[in-house]
Amino acid sequence: MIALAALIRRDIRIALRVGGGALIGVLFFLTVTVLMPFAIGPDLALLTRLGPAILWLGALLASLLTLDRLFTSDHDDGSLDLIVMGRTPLELACAAKALAHWLAAGLPLVIATPVLGLLLNLDAAATAAVALTLLVGTPALTFTGMIGAALAVTLHRGGLLLAVLVLPLSIPVLIFGVAASQAAISGPLSFGTPFSILCALSLVSFVIGPFAAAASLRHGLD
Amino acid sequence: MTLLDLANPTKFLSLTARVLPWLAGATAILLLIGLYQSAMAPDDYQQRATVKIMFIHVPNAWLSMFVWGVMSLSALGTLVWRHPLADVAAKAAAPIGAAFTFLALVTGSLWGKPMWGTYWEWDARLTSVLILFLMYLGLIALWRAVDDPSRAARAAAILTLVGAINLPIIKFSVDWWNTLHQPASVMRMGGPSLDKAFLIPLLVMALGFSLLFVTLHLAAMRNEILRRRVRALQMMQASQQAA
Repeated sequence: MIALAALIRRDIRIALRVGGGALIGVLFFLTVTVLMPFAIGPDLALLTRLGPAILWLGALLASLLTLDRLFTSDHDDGSLDLIVMGRTPLELACAAKALAHWLAAGLPLVIATPVLGLLLNLDAAATAAVALTLLVGTPALTFTGMIGAALAVTLHRGGLLLAVLVLPLSIPVLIFGVAASQAAISGPLSFGTPFSILCALSLVSFVIGPFAAAASLRHGLD
Repeated sequence: MTLLDLANPTKFLSLTARVLPWLAGATAILLLIGLYQSAMAPDDYQQRATVKIMFIHVPNAWLSMFVWGVMSLSALGTLVWRHPLADVAAKAAAPIGAAFTFLALVTGSLWGKPMWGTYWEWDARLTSVLILFLMYLGLIALWRAVDDPSRAARAAAILTLVGAINLPIIKFSVDWWNTLHQPASVMRMGGPSLDKAFLIPLLVMALGFSLLFVTLHLAAMRNEILRRRVRALQMMQASQQAA
C-alpha cells in the first residue's frame, strides 16, 4: 500500500513539474475546441447542438496524446524495470500508474470543460452534464489506453501505432459519453441509462486494463 | 498425431504438404457446387436476383468473426501453452480475416445499393463490422511494426485477447447507438426463417468458404514458417560475414 501511494505521488509530481508535460493535454484540448468553430462556422445554435460531441472528441484525442508518457519515460530511465521486478504485484502497480496519470492528465481536462463549454454556447446544465460524463468516462479512456501504451513501450513504437490500436477500443466510451450528455440536454432518453452504462464501462476497464498492461509488460520487456 | 506433435515445424510442413492438395480440391468442389446451386436458386419475390449476393456475403461475414476466434485461440496458445506454431497461426490468420471482413463489407455495400438505395448506411451491423475491419488492420499494423516475430507475437496475442473481450462490448454499444439515432432502420436481416431453396446453397457455400479459410490458413502458415527459416539463414549468413 505504501509503495503504491509512493508510486502515485511520484508519478503526479513528475508529471506536474518541468518536463512532465501533463498540462499540455489541456492546452491541446483547448486548441482543438477552438479549431472547431473555424471548421464548422460560428453558428452558435449549431455549436450548442454539437458541443458535447466536440468536447468528447477533444478530450478523447487529448487523453490519447498524453498516453505515450505513461510508460516511456519510466522505460527510458530504467525505473520501469524496477517496477516490473519489484515485490508489488505488477497489476496493482499498473493500476496505480494509470490512476496517477489520470489525476495529472485526465482530471485537468474535466476541470477545463466548463470554460470550453462557454465557448461552445452550452448552458450551465449542459456543461455540468458533459463535465460529469467526462469525469466518469476519462478514467476508462486512460485504463484502456494503458494497454496500448504498454504494448507500444515493449515494442519501442509509439505515436500512430498506439492511436490505431487504442481508438477502436474507445468507441463504446465515446458512444455512451456523448449519449448521456445529449440525453441530459435534449432528451428524449433519461440521463440515467447511458450514464450507468458509462460507469459500467469504466469499472470493466479498471479490471481489464491493469491485467492486460501487466501481461504485456511482463511478456514484452527483455 | 496430437497438437504437440505439430509443435515440430518440420513435421507440420510434411503433414500439411500431404493434406493441402486434398483440402484445396475439396474446397474447389464445394465452392463450385455452392456457386451452381446459388445460381440456380430462385429469385426472391421482393429482392429479385440481388438476393444471390447473400450466398457470398453471409459466409464472409461469418468467417470475419470466426477468424478472430481462431486468432484468440492461437493467442492463448502463445501466452499460456507457448505452442511454437501458435504465433505462426495467429500471424497467418490476420490478413485472411481482414480479407474476409473486407469482402463482407464490399458485398454488403453492393447489396445495399439496390436494396437500401445507398452504398453505405450507418446501420448497426455494418458499423460494427467496419470497426472489426479497423481492428484487423490495427493488428496487422502491429505485426508489421516489429521485426522480431516472437516479440510481436506476444504483443499481438494480448491485443487479440483484449479485442475478443471488447468486440461484444463494441457490438452492444453500436447496437444501442444505432437504435438511439435511427429507430426505423432500413432492413433487418435474418428475421424470417430462410426457405430451403436458399438455405441449402447457403450452407454449402458456408462450408466451402470455411474450407477455403482452412486451406489458405495452412498455406499461409507454411509460408510463414519458410519465411522465418529464410530470415534465420540470412541472419546467420550476415553474422558469419561480420565475423
